[in-house]
Amino acid sequence: MGGRKLGYILGKEELTGIEHALGQNLIELGVHCVVLIDMAGNIITELDNGEMKPDVYSLAALAAGNFGAVSAMAKIVGEDEFSLLFHKGEKECIHFSKIMTDLLLITIFDRDLSLGFLRLKVAEAAEKIEKILES
Amino acid sequence: MSKNCFVKCFLVPFINLKKREVQVKIVYYGPGRGGKTTNLEYVYSKFNDRIKTDIVSIKTQGDRTLFFDFLPFNMGKIKGFDVRVQLYTVPGQVKYNATRKLVLRGVDGLVFVADSMEARREKNLHSLKNLHENLASYNESIFKIPLVLQYNKRDLAEQGIPLLSVESLEKDLNSKLRVPSFEASALAGTNVVTTMKKIITMTMASIESQLK
Repeated sequence: MGGRKLGYILGKEELTGIEHALGQNLIELGVHCVVLIDMAGNIITELDNGEMKPDVYSLAALAAGNFGAVSAMAKIVGEDEFSLLFHKGEKECIHFSKIMTDLLLITIFDRDLSLGFLRLKVAEAAEKIEKILES
Repeated sequence: MSKNCFVKCFLVPFINLKKREVQVKIVYYGPGRGGKTTNLEYVYSKFNDRIKTDIVSIKTQGDRTLFFDFLPFNMGKIKGFDVRVQLYTVPGQVKYNATRKLVLRGVDGLVFVADSMEARREKNLHSLKNLHENLASYNESIFKIPLVLQYNKRDLAEQGIPLLSVESLEKDLNSKLRVPSFEASALAGTNVVTTMKKIITMTMASIESQLK
């Protein structure tokens, strides 16, 4: 089995920093649940407002597949990627945002929160996470 | 750590030191109608008292796997780490290679489910070659990744359906790979759990050896 690359191990400090960024930028804003995953469908971290407890493992697997499928569709029509991925429900909405090349931030929120404001806060959180992982 | 290094290193597996959790991705690969989904369904029926969630399946109307099946469960602790195993299947049909490749992303261990029926010999060979190519596209080697072969549908011999002999399957599929292989019947459950235990053990050993 030798020769395979070791997967990335995330340390406690990095994770605490990421959770802090997500909590401050998104949960405090009124987001119900936020999940950071990699494109293989692994969960890096998850935070919620204490009321919503979705099956995050299934959600992560489906989100990674969904994002991969949409990226492949983008390439077919000559785009590098579709930057906005957003599903709107009657009560709950899901927003997906790519971070660096291999991470995906999933945000679940209700319609009381404006999409524009959420996107701004997601972008801020993404920037903080990038800084943590690059340091 | 540079941005590029992060991307390169972020492949597999994911180890969370804060929660002391390892997430392991096992993918069942093989030709269409070979029994990949049936393997997962058997595992679920056998352990459903311990598996908290349902199988997630994205199927066509004709009940064929369109994207993947997904079954997560907690294996308990190994060396102080909670081990969360995530079983996936790929769609076996040739035309679904784009989605098959997506499921393979970040795979830690593989079960290749071969169809023992004589009529499916070419399909097995084609699927194994396809696995080799798709792994190579992620810079993974079929010779290095933990892999188990399962020769499925052995029970069909009782119904007089012509099957490939195990020697013939070994020669076709395992002469170069030389990995563990099991005769099985996913429908009856024969060797389904044995196959799964073997791939989990091999994958965990691979992870442990990398951690040293």
